[in-house]
Amino acid sequence: MTNHWIDIRNSDVVLISGSNAAENHPISFKWVAKAMENGAKLISVDPRFTRTSSKADIFAAIRSGTDIAWLGGMIKYILDNELYHKDYVKLYTNAPFILNSSFKTPGDLDGVFSGYDPKNRKYDKSSWAYTKDANGVIKKDPSMKDPMCVLQQLKKHFSRYTLDKVSAICGTSKDSLLEVYKAYATTGKPDRTGTIMYAMGWTQHTVGTQNIRTMAIIQLLLGNIGMSGGGVNALRGESNVQGSTDHCLLFHILPGYLATPSASLSSLDKYLEAKTPKTKEPYSANWWQNYPKYMASLLRAHFGMSADLNTQYNWMPKLDDGQNASWLMLFDQMYNGKFTGFFAWGQNPACSGSNAGKVREALKKLDWMVNVNLFDNETGSFWRGPGMNPAEIKTEVFLLPCAMSFEKEGSITNSGRWAQWRYAAAKPPAPADVDIINELQFKVRKLYEEQGGVYPDPILNLAWDYGPKGPDGKVRHMNTHLVAKEINGYFLEDKEIKGTLYKKGDLVPSFAFLQADGSTSSGNWLYSQSYNAGGNNMARRGKSDPTGTGLYNGWSWCWPVNRRIIYNRASVDEYGKPWAPHKPVIYWNGKKWVGDVPDGGWPPLRKPDGTWNESTKLAYIMKPVGVAHIFGPGRAEGPFPEHYEPLECPLEKNLMNPQRINPVAKIFTGKMDVFLNCDDRYPIVATTYRVTEHWQTGILSRWLPWQAEMMPANFVEISEELAKEKGIRNGNKVVVSSARGKVDAVAIVTKRFKPFDVAGTTVHQVGLPWAFGWATTKEYDVKANGKAYTNPTYGDSSNLLTPTVGDANTMIPETKAFMVNVQKKS
Amino acid sequence: MAEKYIVIDTSICTACRGCQTACKQWNNLAAEVTENRGSYENPPDLSRSTYTKILFNEMEKDGGIKWYFGQKRCMHCADAGCAKACPVPGAIVRDSNGAVLINQAVCTGCKYCVFGCPFDIPRYDSANAEGAGVDKAYKCTMCFDRQSMGMEPACTKTCPTGALSFASKSKLAAITASAKEKGLTVYDGGPLGTGVVFLLEDSPSAYGLPAKPAIPTPTYLWRTVMKPVGVAAFAVGILAAIYHLVAIGVKEVDEEPGPPQGGGPSGPPSFGGEGGDY
Repeated sequence: MTNHWIDIRNSDVVLISGSNAAENHPISFKWVAKAMENGAKLISVDPRFTRTSSKADIFAAIRSGTDIAWLGGMIKYILDNELYHKDYVKLYTNAPFILNSSFKTPGDLDGVFSGYDPKNRKYDKSSWAYTKDANGVIKKDPSMKDPMCVLQQLKKHFSRYTLDKVSAICGTSKDSLLEVYKAYATTGKPDRTGTIMYAMGWTQHTVGTQNIRTMAIIQLLLGNIGMSGGGVNALRGESNVQGSTDHCLLFHILPGYLATPSASLSSLDKYLEAKTPKTKEPYSANWWQNYPKYMASLLRAHFGMSADLNTQYNWMPKLDDGQNASWLMLFDQMYNGKFTGFFAWGQNPACSGSNAGKVREALKKLDWMVNVNLFDNETGSFWRGPGMNPAEIKTEVFLLPCAMSFEKEGSITNSGRWAQWRYAAAKPPAPADVDIINELQFKVRKLYEEQGGVYPDPILNLAWDYGPKGPDGKVRHMNTHLVAKEINGYFLEDKEIKGTLYKKGDLVPSFAFLQADGSTSSGNWLYSQSYNAGGNNMARRGKSDPTGTGLYNGWSWCWPVNRRIIYNRASVDEYGKPWAPHKPVIYWNGKKWVGDVPDGGWPPLRKPDGTWNESTKLAYIMKPVGVAHIFGPGRAEGPFPEHYEPLECPLEKNLMNPQRINPVAKIFTGKMDVFLNCDDRYPIVATTYRVTEHWQTGILSRWLPWQAEMMPANFVEISEELAKEKGIRNGNKVVVSSARGKVDAVAIVTKRFKPFDVAGTTVHQVGLPWAFGWATTKEYDVKANGKAYTNPTYGDSSNLLTPTVGDANTMIPETKAFMVNVQKKS
Repeated sequence: MAEKYIVIDTSICTACRGCQTACKQWNNLAAEVTENRGSYENPPDLSRSTYTKILFNEMEKDGGIKWYFGQKRCMHCADAGCAKACPVPGAIVRDSNGAVLINQAVCTGCKYCVFGCPFDIPRYDSANAEGAGVDKAYKCTMCFDRQSMGMEPACTKTCPTGALSFASKSKLAAITASAKEKGLTVYDGGPLGTGVVFLLEDSPSAYGLPAKPAIPTPTYLWRTVMKPVGVAAFAVGILAAIYHLVAIGVKEVDEEPGPPQGGGPSGPPSFGGEGGDY
C-alpha cells in the first residue's frame, strides 16, 4: 500500500475491485465503514456480487479478465470530460514529456506497440523513449498539447476505449459503467480523494501488472497519490506478505528491492554500474543513486568484515543471465526432472499452485522433499493423494513441524508497511520449538568445514552472530532482537557524520547514514531506523494522532523512515500548500515540512514570491525522472496498458485489437500445460477466490472444526440461468472441469452471478474457492490426534482447473480467468 | 429493563461470522458436522452448540441485488416469553444487566420456553455436548460471565467493523438517534423491549425477524391467567400439563431430568441483582 489501513477512512470514494475486502480483509472494512459514515461512496466492481458488494453504493459486474477495458474506459471518460487534476498531472507526472516520434501504439500497429518481435514474443523497447535536448534532459511541453507528449498519446491510445466497446468486452451495461466512472472521477477535484483496494483479482492475470498500471494512471490523473484517502493499495493476502517481499521472498530481488546479481555482472563495480540509475533531470532526487551504499551495507550484513566488498559480492549467488526462477518456472523445471530436492516452507503448492495436477506430478520427480508446516498437507502427503500409486513414487518426504508465527517473537509487516513487533503469545509444542534455519545453517557449515566442497567460501564466511554459541559452535537460541538489529544496521568502524561521532558497534540511526565504503552494515536498507539507539521502534505503541488524519506515527514503525503515506510531497501544490487542506498529509510552514515524514526535506518547488526554488527536488524521489510514470516504458508488454484476453476466454477474437492474448506472456508447451480457447467442452468463464472462513489453501483452517463447520465443502457459485440450462439445483453435487482437471463441488445457485452479454452473446461465469484439498476429505481417513477428524471437508483444490500461464512481468499465474464446464455429479 | 444492549447495525455487517466463531470459542461449543446445502449459511439451525448464527438472504430489489445478513440469537426481551412460559421457579432468570438466562442447574427440559419465545430461539436437547442425557434448553447467555468480569460479550468484542456493539442505555439512545438519521429502522421488539437492538436497512422479514413479535397466545394465557392462580405446587403441575397439551402436544418420550450441567463457562450462572423468578 502507498497508504495504510486506517487511511482508508479519509477517502471520498472507495473502489474495491480485484479484491473482496469484506470477506478476505475483514478488518479493513472497519475503515471502509468509517469512510462511508463520513459520506464516502463505495464502489464494488467484480464478476460476482460479493459480501463486499452487499455494502456498496454502486455495484458493476464485469467478466473476469477485462479490467484493462473497463479501467481504460474510465481513463477515456476522465480525459474526455477534463476531470483530471491538471496541476498535479503537470507537476508530478511525466504527462508533459515528449515522446520519440517512432513510438507507435496498438491502435496504429494491429494490437502491439512499436518494437514487437513476434518470433521471440518480445519487445525491443528502444522506441518507447523520450526526446532529449543536447544536455540529455527530457523535452517537455508544460501545456501538454504537443501531439507527441505523454498526455496526448495517452488520449489517443485510450480514445479507442469507447463505452460501446468496453461494454461489449466486459459484458457490463453502459449505464453501469458510466455510474462507476462518474462517481470515481469526482476525486479529480484537488480536495477529494479516492482509493483503490485491490488484491489477487487484479494481479493473477496474464495482464496483471498492466491492470495495476491502468489504475495507477487513473490515480495519477485524478491526483490521488500521496494524498490522505488516496493511493494504490494492494491488500496483501497474508499478514506478513509485505515483510517477506521486503526481505526478498522473490527470486529477482535481494532484501530492500536490490537486484539479484546475474552471472555477467562479474564484479561489484559492474553490478553497481548496471543497477544504479542515473538521471540528467536537474531537480530529480533520484534516490536510487544510493544503491552502492545499500548494496555494500547488505554485503557487510551477510559476511561481516571477512573480506573486501568485491570478494563478498562474488560470494553472492548469481542468476544466469535472463534466468527466470519464478514459481511457474520452478515447478516446470521440477516437472521436467531438473530438481532433486525441495523445501516446502509453510506452503502447500499441491493446492495453491495453478495447474495443481502438474505440481503434484512434479513432486513425484523429486528424490526428497522437506515439508515444513504445522500440519500434514496435500504437498507432504502428495504420494498418497488421488490418482497416486505410492509404490511407484520414489520421493522421500520429511515433515518438520514448525512454530506458528504467534509462537515466536518478531516483527510482521502489514500491507500498510508497518513493521509491528509481536511477543510470543504461547510456547510452541516441543518438536516445533527449534529454529530450523539455525540448525540447517550449522549442519551445512559443518559439512563444508569437514568435507570442503565446490565453493565453501560463502557458507564459511556467513556472519551468524545471533546469540551465544555452545561448545559445538552452534547458536543455542536465535535472538530475534539481534536479527532485527542486523537488519537495521551497525557502524563497523568509528565514523563522524555531520559533527556526530558514531562508534564502531553503534546501530545506524537510519539509511541516510549507510556508507558505500563498507564501514556500515544493514540487512535491509528500507528497514534501517526500525531498531536504533532509540530502541526497538517496531515495538512502539504510541496512541496519539497529532495530525488527526489517522497516521498514528508513534505506533510501531513504518518503512521508509516511518513515512506513513509515500509520495506525500505530491499532496501539496508548488508552494507546499495541501491540495486537501482538511486532511493534509504534510504542509510547508515556511521553514520545514509539518505532518507525516516527507519524501525528503527539500523545500517546495516554488518560493512564496513565485520564483523556482533552486534547492527543491521533485516529488517522486524513487523515479530517476523525478515524476510519476503515466507512460511506463519499463513494462514488458508496453508503456500504456492495452486490453488482451486471458489465455482461455470465450471469444475467438479480442474486440479491441487483432492480438487475442498478451503478446509477451510466457506460454508453456509441456504435456500438462494444455489450454483450450473457445472450446465447446469448456464454454463457461471461471474464476477462483477465497472465503472469510478459510485461510489460503485451508491448511490452517480446514483443521479447525469451527471453520470447517461454517464452510465444509468446495462449492461453485452459478447463476440461476446457467443452473436451469444445466439442470442443476441449489445444493446439488457437481463436477467442475477444465482442460487440465476436474474438481467436486456443491452448487450454490445464486442471483449474485448473472450471465454476461458479451458483444451480443450470452457468456456464463462461475466461481470457486481454492480453500479445499483432498487431505481433509472423508475418503482419506482423516485423523486429528489419532482420532477420526470430526469435521472432514468435501472436494479437492480448485487449482486443479487453473492454467500454467503467467503475467509477462511478474509470472504470477492466471488463476482468475479460465474456462470450465459444470455438470451434475452422476 | 435491560441496562446493557447488544446493537446490530446491519448496514455495516459483512457476514464475516467472527461473532459466530467467537461465541463458540468463549462458550466452548462444539462444531457441528455440516454440509453445504447451497448456501454460505451454516450450521443449519441454532442448537445446544450453536447460540448464534448469521443468516444470509439474497433477493432482487429495485433492479439490483440485495444480500442481507441477519443474526439469529436470543433477543433478551424485557418481556420475555421464555421466562413467562417457564414453570420452574428460577430456571429462567434475568441478571442485573438485563440478560435473560436459562439456569441449567434448575431447568427440567420441559421445552415451554422453546414454544414461548416469539423469536424461536431456545433449543431443547436431550443430551449435552458430551452426549450425557441432561434434558435442557440452550441459548445465548449474553456472555453474562464475561460481563461479570467487566468484559463485553465475545460477539461484540470480535466484530471487526463495529456492526455489533455493546451499549449502555444512554449510548443506545445516541446510536438509535443517529441510525434514524441515516434512514435505518430501529428494531427493538416493540412492547417486548429487546436487549438486542437491530438497525435495519429493510423490513424485518429480510433479516429473518418477525415484523410484529409477540409472545404466543398459549404462553400469554398461561402466564397472565393460569400461572398466578397456581400458587400451590400441585396446581402448577396440573396447569403445566394443560399448557403442555395446548401448546406443545404430548411429549413422546418423557425422560427423567438428568443431573444439572456443571462447570465450564456455560455452567450454572451466579446471579446478582434481581435473580430468581420475575
